[in-house]
Amino acid sequence: MGNISDVVKQAAGKYRKDPTKMLDVIRDVKASNGQLSDEAIAAIAKEMKVSTVDVEGVVTFYHFFSKNPAGKYTVYLNNSAVAVMNGCKEIAKVFEKETGSTFGDTSGKGKIRLYWTSDIGLNDQEPSAIINDVMFTNLTAAKVKTIVAAMKANKKVQAMAYEDGDGKNQDALIQSMVKNNIRKKGSVLFAPFTPGTALKAAVSKTPEDVIEEMKISKVRGRGGAGFPTGMKWDYTRQSKGDKKYIVCNADEGEPGTFKDRVILTELPEMLFEGMAVGGYAIGADEGLLYLRAEYMYLKNYLEKVLETMRKNGTLGKNAGGKKGFNFDIKIQMGAGAYVCGEESALIESAEGKRGEPRNRPPFPAQRGFMGKPTSVNNVESFCCASRIMLEGGAWFANMGTMQSKGTKLLSVSGDCKKPGIYEVEFGMTIDQLLAECDGKGAQAVQVGGPSGNCIDSSKFGNKICYDDMATGGSIIVIGKNRNLFDVVHNFMEFFVEESCGWCTPCRAGNQLLLHKFEKIVHGHGTAQDLKELEQWCVTVKSMSRCGLGQTSPNPIYTTIKNFRGLYEAKLQKGDFVSEFDMAAAVKDSCKVAGRKPIVEGH
Amino acid sequence: MSDIKFTIDGKACKAKEGQSIVEAAKANGVYIPVLCHFEGLKPAGTCRICTVKVGGRFMAGCTTPVAEGMIVENMTPEIEDMRKAIIEMLFVEGNHMCPTCEKSGNCELQALGYRYQMLVPRFPYLWPVREVIADTPRLYLDRNRCVQCLRCVRDIVTADGKHVFAVTNRGDKTLITIDTKLAAKLSDEMALKAMNQCPVGCILRKEVGYKIPVGQRKFDSKPIGSEIEGR
Ligand SMILES: Cc1cc2nc3c(=O)[nH]c(=O)nc-3n(C[C@H](O)[C@H](O)[C@H](O)COP(=O)(O)O)c2cc1C
Ligand code: SF4
Ligand code: SF4
Ligand code: SF4
Ligand code: FES
Repeated sequence: MGNISDVVKQAAGKYRKDPTKMLDVIRDVKASNGQLSDEAIAAIAKEMKVSTVDVEGVVTFYHFFSKNPAGKYTVYLNNSAVAVMNGCKEIAKVFEKETGSTFGDTSGKGKIRLYWTSDIGLNDQEPSAIINDVMFTNLTAAKVKTIVAAMKANKKVQAMAYEDGDGKNQDALIQSMVKNNIRKKGSVLFAPFTPGTALKAAVSKTPEDVIEEMKISKVRGRGGAGFPTGMKWDYTRQSKGDKKYIVCNADEGEPGTFKDRVILTELPEMLFEGMAVGGYAIGADEGLLYLRAEYMYLKNYLEKVLETMRKNGTLGKNAGGKKGFNFDIKIQMGAGAYVCGEESALIESAEGKRGEPRNRPPFPAQRGFMGKPTSVNNVESFCCASRIMLEGGAWFANMGTMQSKGTKLLSVSGDCKKPGIYEVEFGMTIDQLLAECDGKGAQAVQVGGPSGNCIDSSKFGNKICYDDMATGGSIIVIGKNRNLFDVVHNFMEFFVEESCGWCTPCRAGNQLLLHKFEKIVHGHGTAQDLKELEQWCVTVKSMSRCGLGQTSPNPIYTTIKNFRGLYEAKLQKGDFVSEFDMAAAVKDSCKVAGRKPIVEGH
Repeated sequence: MSDIKFTIDGKACKAKEGQSIVEAAKANGVYIPVLCHFEGLKPAGTCRICTVKVGGRFMAGCTTPVAEGMIVENMTPEIEDMRKAIIEMLFVEGNHMCPTCEKSGNCELQALGYRYQMLVPRFPYLWPVREVIADTPRLYLDRNRCVQCLRCVRDIVTADGKHVFAVTNRGDKTLITIDTKLAAKLSDEMALKAMNQCPVGCILRKEVGYKIPVGQRKFDSKPIGSEIEGR
């Protein structure tokens, strides 16, 4: 730990004071200095030649930055809905008891700091936590005690592992406890793949023919929105620009999704080749992998894979053996913000700024990263592209339903006996999936994560595909004994925090929805309140600027639609019930005066 | 360049290529309420009050360019009620005590509240705790009144291109802030510009106040929007 101004000088120098590298500079400073103090922020601003408040704006935007002091050990315990189902609250108590600290305490005492975080992409092995970039899965009280004892004894975090992961998680550069839990292999992602072949097949065609093949396959984006990938590449190819970019969205922030993590671990060559195919198709010479901060533990491994691909000619000059096609890929780390999965917010973040979505038009295909035409695609979409190059578009279009071709990777978690990754053909019903993952008798299934749809058993016969039950991959099974309102509450708190804060309906509206929801759940609501709650959901969905706000009311909105009875059971009779609780309001003063409150009806 | 033809609530309108729906409407004497929009600044689309409906989809009129043949819905009961909801959200999200506010009568949020006949917001007050920043020589920031329009962020920039204002945090904690060091060096003219730029009573000039008495202020006699509608 050196003098702050030296630390900052070194970090800024390493990135040549390039303002688009602000996130990297901040991360380095935090790593060396331990804390992003006001002094450190001012020093960064000075070196990077921006105003102090601009640096502060970036620091306070990202969950893993913040001005809070970091300890020698910083524990980020996941509190997403499935983590709560699996007992993270109890785990938290053990952490607190053993360390003597409390979660969220920013006072800066002690060498172990405890913070909450939301969804770290390990829903199938909860409760889990990140300690100094190392993943700790399937936590139990006993394991926590051992970890804390090791921290107290100043042990290395890597040395605290209590089990091995599977597959490439055991690679020397990963060495993580994380499990892939691949339960079902399909013919697109998990069929055998020989590195180098997909790009070779692509560059034997013209870029136009590659795009045509993608169009024939009818493959749609796997990140959630379902936009046809061939069309997106076509637009980007046709956009004018002296430089173009291909960007891989590996932010994987939707709670309950973890399939991209498994692709990054097991199929990185297939992914990177898909990016090169995209680069060739749109005319880009640079690719960017935007990797969520939670997956930092994969970075060295992915860098090595890229290095190997450069060595064997798949990347770099004359990539894939194609004369004149030069293509390379860089990795850009995120810093903890769900909204950065939104493609234009991702671009802003990759340019070193707060991850606030952009106004459209212009679309990224017109003006994206560094103002140049950019195609942002999901991890899985690129893998589909690789397979389509090998097997052909018609082969791909043979699988699935009318509107949804091919297979889909599902991340299944919650109340089922076999959580994990399932590669299924589009068109599978929820019932069939529940049978496979052993989640029979579920009360509800959350399809597509919190921003998706929470369905009741009457819809379990519906099909998983874009035109019916659309999902970016997140499937959360909610068992009979769960309080559905706890899940909804957890999701809404998530959105209140993860809103970028830019626009009124999302920033203020989600807070107001949560209030109203609590009023009803606590038994203070009437039929009028329920009606208003539903209307307010529509207002937030309609008026919000980006996909986050346009879907954030869904936990409430879809449960009112599908579980109206649960809400109605909570309502008071009549049109009006006072929100003012007289007994509660006078409780303290009565105690001081030694009286009992005299309130009507009490 | 030929004119673009489009309609707003059935009224035939003409626009120039590249104009936003809001600008084009204004040029045709149609008022679309705005708050974060300020002529001459790059639109940010933060407040969403200018939301209109085109082809069944809601979009912000200040950030969406007009296009040939566009059919714009503006003053429908559905849209107007949602706009009113946005105004109410802005009131409950901050702490607005109009009778004690220097901006009263000149305030665009207050004026919109009047125009939309907001009596009591439909939402509960959130009563956030927000610190006032007063340690700059010319300005003070009463952040209780900020509507996060980002006009100050977009417009108040030093000669060497540094932002004097910026947004910090995110979600429900999003908050405007000012670089006190840079603010200390602001010229009188820039300080005044910052205050006038702010649609509400968040950025205020120290030492001068109530120069124009309440009752004779901008919106005291005519409602907001009347300058466009010619009422
Ligand atoms: C709030 C929000 C979060 C998103 N998160 C992700 C994400 O984590 N990964 C992803 O691929 N797409 C995400 N998307 C969708 C992207 O904006 C974009 O549509 C996608 O990356 C395009 O890739 P695709 O066409 O291959 O699906 C998100 C969208 C929104 C509105
Ligand atoms: S909808 Fe939410 S996340 Fe999207 S721009 Fe508005 S505030 Fe930001
Ligand atoms: S800023 Fe406007 S709305 Fe807020 S208190 Fe002042 S006059 Fe009232
Ligand atoms: S301080 Fe004023 S100008 Fe700046 S964002 Fe807030 S309301 Fe807008
Ligand atoms: S005026 Fe258009 S969003 Fe504010």
